Amino acid sequence: MASKTHVTTTVNGDEHQYLCEPTQTLVDVLRNELELTGTKEGCSTGDCGACSVMVDGVLVCSCLTLAVETDGKSVETIEGMAGGGELTPLQRNFLELNGLQCGICTPGILIAAKALLDRNPDPTESEIRFWLAGNLCRCTGYDKIIRSVLAAAEEMRGN
Amino acid sequence: MPAILENSGYSPDRKLKVVGTNPVKHDGPDKVTGRAKFGADLIVPGMLFGKILRSPHPHAVVKSIDTSKAEALPGVKAVCTAVDFPEIPQGSGFGDMTRNIMAREKVYYDGHPVAAVAATSESIAKKALKLITVEYEILPHVIDPIEAMQPDAPILHDYLRTKNDDAEDKPTNIVERLAVSMGDIEKGFAEADVIVEREFDSQPMHQGYIEPQGCVASCSEDGQIDLYCTTQGTHVFRDRLSAILKTDSSKIRVSQSEMGGGFGGKTSFYGEPVAIVLSRKARRPVKIVLTRNEVFRCTGPVSGSRSRIKMGSTKDGKIVAAESQLVFQSGAFPGSSHINAAQAMFTRYALENIEVVSREVVSNRPKVNAFRAPCVPQVVFGVEGLVSEMAAKIGMDPLDFRLKNAAAEGYTTCYGVTFGPIGFVETLEAAKACDHYNSPVPEGQGRGVSAGFWFNRGGDTTGSLTIAPDGSVTILLGTSDVAGSRVSISMMAAEELGVPLDKVRAVFADTSSIGNNRVTAGSRTTFSVGMVIVDSARQAIAEMTRRAAEIWDVPVEGVTFEDGEFRPAGANVGDFDPLTIADIATRTSVSHGAIAGHTEMNVTGEGPGFGLHIVDVEVDKETGRVDVKRYTVVEDAGKAIHPLQVEGQYQGGAVQGIGWALNEEYVYGEDGRLQNPSFLDYRMPVSSDVPMIDTVIVEVPNPNHPFGLRGVGEVPVVPTLAAVGNAIGDAIGIRPQSLPMSPPKLLALIDEANG
Amino acid sequence: MAEEGYAAPQTVEAAVSLLGAANGDARVMAGGTDILVQLHADLIDPDLIVDIKNIPELCTITEEADGFRVGAAVSGMALMDHAGFNAAWPGVMEGVALIGSIQVKGRASIGGNLCNASPAADSVPPLIAAGAVANIAGPGGLRVVPVEDIITGPGATSLDQGEIIVSFTFPQSPAHSGDCYLRLTPRTEMDIAVVGAGVNLTMDDNGVCVAARVVLGAVAPTPLLASDAADALIGTQVDDAALAEMATATSAACDPISDKRGTKQYRIKTAAVIARRAAERALERARAN
Ligand code: FES
Ligand code: FES
Repeated sequence: MASKTHVTTTVNGDEHQYLCEPTQTLVDVLRNELELTGTKEGCSTGDCGACSVMVDGVLVCSCLTLAVETDGKSVETIEGMAGGGELTPLQRNFLELNGLQCGICTPGILIAAKALLDRNPDPTESEIRFWLAGNLCRCTGYDKIIRSVLAAAEEMRGN
Repeated sequence: MPAILENSGYSPDRKLKVVGTNPVKHDGPDKVTGRAKFGADLIVPGMLFGKILRSPHPHAVVKSIDTSKAEALPGVKAVCTAVDFPEIPQGSGFGDMTRNIMAREKVYYDGHPVAAVAATSESIAKKALKLITVEYEILPHVIDPIEAMQPDAPILHDYLRTKNDDAEDKPTNIVERLAVSMGDIEKGFAEADVIVEREFDSQPMHQGYIEPQGCVASCSEDGQIDLYCTTQGTHVFRDRLSAILKTDSSKIRVSQSEMGGGFGGKTSFYGEPVAIVLSRKARRPVKIVLTRNEVFRCTGPVSGSRSRIKMGSTKDGKIVAAESQLVFQSGAFPGSSHINAAQAMFTRYALENIEVVSREVVSNRPKVNAFRAPCVPQVVFGVEGLVSEMAAKIGMDPLDFRLKNAAAEGYTTCYGVTFGPIGFVETLEAAKACDHYNSPVPEGQGRGVSAGFWFNRGGDTTGSLTIAPDGSVTILLGTSDVAGSRVSISMMAAEELGVPLDKVRAVFADTSSIGNNRVTAGSRTTFSVGMVIVDSARQAIAEMTRRAAEIWDVPVEGVTFEDGEFRPAGANVGDFDPLTIADIATRTSVSHGAIAGHTEMNVTGEGPGFGLHIVDVEVDKETGRVDVKRYTVVEDAGKAIHPLQVEGQYQGGAVQGIGWALNEEYVYGEDGRLQNPSFLDYRMPVSSDVPMIDTVIVEVPNPNHPFGLRGVGEVPVVPTLAAVGNAIGDAIGIRPQSLPMSPPKLLALIDEANG
Repeated sequence: MAEEGYAAPQTVEAAVSLLGAANGDARVMAGGTDILVQLHADLIDPDLIVDIKNIPELCTITEEADGFRVGAAVSGMALMDHAGFNAAWPGVMEGVALIGSIQVKGRASIGGNLCNASPAADSVPPLIAAGAVANIAGPGGLRVVPVEDIITGPGATSLDQGEIIVSFTFPQSPAHSGDCYLRLTPRTEMDIAVVGAGVNLTMDDNGVCVAARVVLGAVAPTPLLASDAADALIGTQVDDAALAEMATATSAACDPISDKRGTKQYRIKTAAVIARRAAERALERARAN
């Protein structure tokens, strides 16, 4: 067996040092080594988006990222979203507008939606739909997810 | 015996404070922060990782399995095969069940488990699987159910004889023949001016939950089993585990995680018994999480079907006869819910003459499982196509035609139930009045409508409610929460107790902490649990009434409960300040102990649900691609406890149906292997594939329920396939009869329409 | 960091020598969105993964006198954020935009999309239509190869052991040029092309087509440079008759298989439709330039 590699990754602002196999994915390490199970794994092939995280500010699938690649990098997961104990407008709007049913897709969708709003504070319905096309949801039919993102964007723009 | 609340207490005049509002669900904050624990999220000390070896062949005899090399691999702590499971004879339900979990004599489908390993890491477990050698004797296989019915088809199970059929006594793949009928079908057709008859087919559809099955099992030396898993029914899992592992139910404790979608697919177990057997051998906790590939290859889709349907109408629009022959595929083992199809396919119209014969057939595919309104949408796809076709033939508006035939209170169905108050007519009228139906069909598009029906369900239900000394309320549930039932049930309790919702919390109890509950399925949970929790609340109120009487030293009749307060029933009782629930609860230790209520019921009194969908589509005539442009769901909820969640059910069901209608299908190769076991190639709808889904909630109360509830989980998917099919038919001139209505099939139809 | 199993060299030379020195199966990883799927599905079992994303040259986009040079490991999102390249090559970008989700494009690169060598790769037809060339480094030094000569069959390329693509050079397009890539999938996103078509046209001042490249995806073992289809446009005003002729030539060029994503007949039929629509769009762009 390949020997393990020592990796240092900053996750949600905290530095973590860990050992991992060279082919271990980031989602595996987040969930099983760092016990941050908020990031979900629905397919392991880049097709569902449940594992979405930010690596150095870029939205990626953590199932298609090797943990060793994040050595020296900074990762943001759902656990880091509600900084300082306050829910963000995105999280709050998902709650208030019922943007989640079972909630398994929710962490990935929130991470992806945040990445969108960071780039584009005023997206159209269609822009949101295409941006989130990589995040499958089987429960909601997407309607209330899209509405939650629209409402959060509006709130964040200060309207 | 199935029972209803003696006095449901339903009143249209009841002033509601909590029911009908849209509070944030109590499990919500954990789910938007990543704190919520799903099936794969439990990590326990010393945990091993389990992996399952699966057959690459669709049909083969398992001649031998050599696990010695895997056992010798460092880090491997247990290996199991079928010999580690109790032997249960073939031909019984549990015999089939244990063989589906772990193949014994034969493998019956691509992906059928043959062995499993538990190791200290996932990568070691994967390596160990490669060290197991299985000797197979490959048998001819059959994938298609119609081929499986032929006399020369490869036989899956030698023991199988068709139930309710007097065919000769030899093995067959036809599991069962069932018939549902009423009236005189010949006479009915004799009265018809218009008769339409067509054949339809549908594909199995995977439930497509985003959370793969995941569990952790832990077994002790004295035979106790602890199972944590994602499930639609902890008790059903426990009782079936008890049967296939031959262990007392009391020694098995099943606790549920949050469930990341189920839709029927998590009413059965797969890796869970394997994790238990591995844990028994290794004496350590074992976690098994299925991969998406395993989910597609081995967990249940709902049955695909073939149907021939014939219907007749008079020229003034009365449907006089309906007849059908159905075939449902059940996968490798019997277990299709085709009775639902036979009973529900025509139900919603007040027909007098019906004849349905349905057959269930096994073939070399994964055993089917339930999916929202199991087996109904795929036959309604045909029926509602013919209904619209008849309406067109006699020149009637499709909604008027449906209204003219709509079942109402007092109609006795083909399965013998007489409807109480139902809301089909109201649903159709709401559809006729809605903006979508009254807007012209945009240029270049087609419009379709379809109606749908589902029984709604009750069944074994247990709930418990306790009031803490500070007056706050805890509810224990043994059912699962698929999309917010915990808050809906809490809302009903808060309403009944007259306390703010914030004082009420509902939590899951494991199987050792609460009595039996049927699976969360069939739109039964919010209805049934709502009923038992309201009953439990009433028990608590009765007890508190007694205590208030004791405090005031007046007869019990002298105390009434109103707006969350105990008050003197009249001026003559005495001049007492009202007592709140907290006032009474705080004295538990100086009076009669804790205040609680609990109810066990085999609930009935469910109110059938009806829906009507309207959809506009655009078809690319050069490629056959379909764009869904506008969609409206109109449906009777009885009462929407939490309207946003009801809308969510409508919308989610419609989009699942759109996927099934347009693209979702199983593609098998000549070799009998599934070729598209991935989200990429299974093609569920993504967010950019669908429009907003408009909803109209109709409320025709079910008086058997304290708040008039019916259940809303199943109906939303029932009309979808047919509505989309009718819209495509309107757009291209030929109504498709084969699901999915994928671009290549539609392009062929378009070419046919253009001659 | 160079551990057994994974290496992330900082220079092209280091990458080439790592690949050359590796015993057993060494794989180049850019975004990893294909090879990690293959790895975890046990389709490949490499002894060494060489991550080329830490080599600056592979991750930069530069505009040079003779056109754009795009590092082979530049991610799809980085390319989508480059206004100048988007304006110059909208058709290439239409292909890039279709490589998986936003998340996948956060890592996937055109170099990876090409070297994965799928006949259905979305960025490859427009790259070939654009006339892009691959700048390849290897043990024998540098060589420059037209993109159409890279893929030799499903999953196979003409790269030698130890070679990597460093960058792609896009020519400067003449006036009145335009490109477009369209594909057909049952869903709007997250699908593999059933057919795809990249078209790049140049018109003269009189509105006559003087150069054309038509490249088809998913209709043959490799992306197909359909010269007969292009010839049907050259010398015409790309009117309906020319487009119809191009469509016929497109269908004739197709040699697809039937598989889970589409039948042979369906692919042949729709390739003509998609190619015609791509040509119409490319024409609009050429006229506007
Ligand atoms: S788990 Fe990464 S995309 Fe599905
Ligand atoms: S809420 Fe269940 S998958 Fe999205």
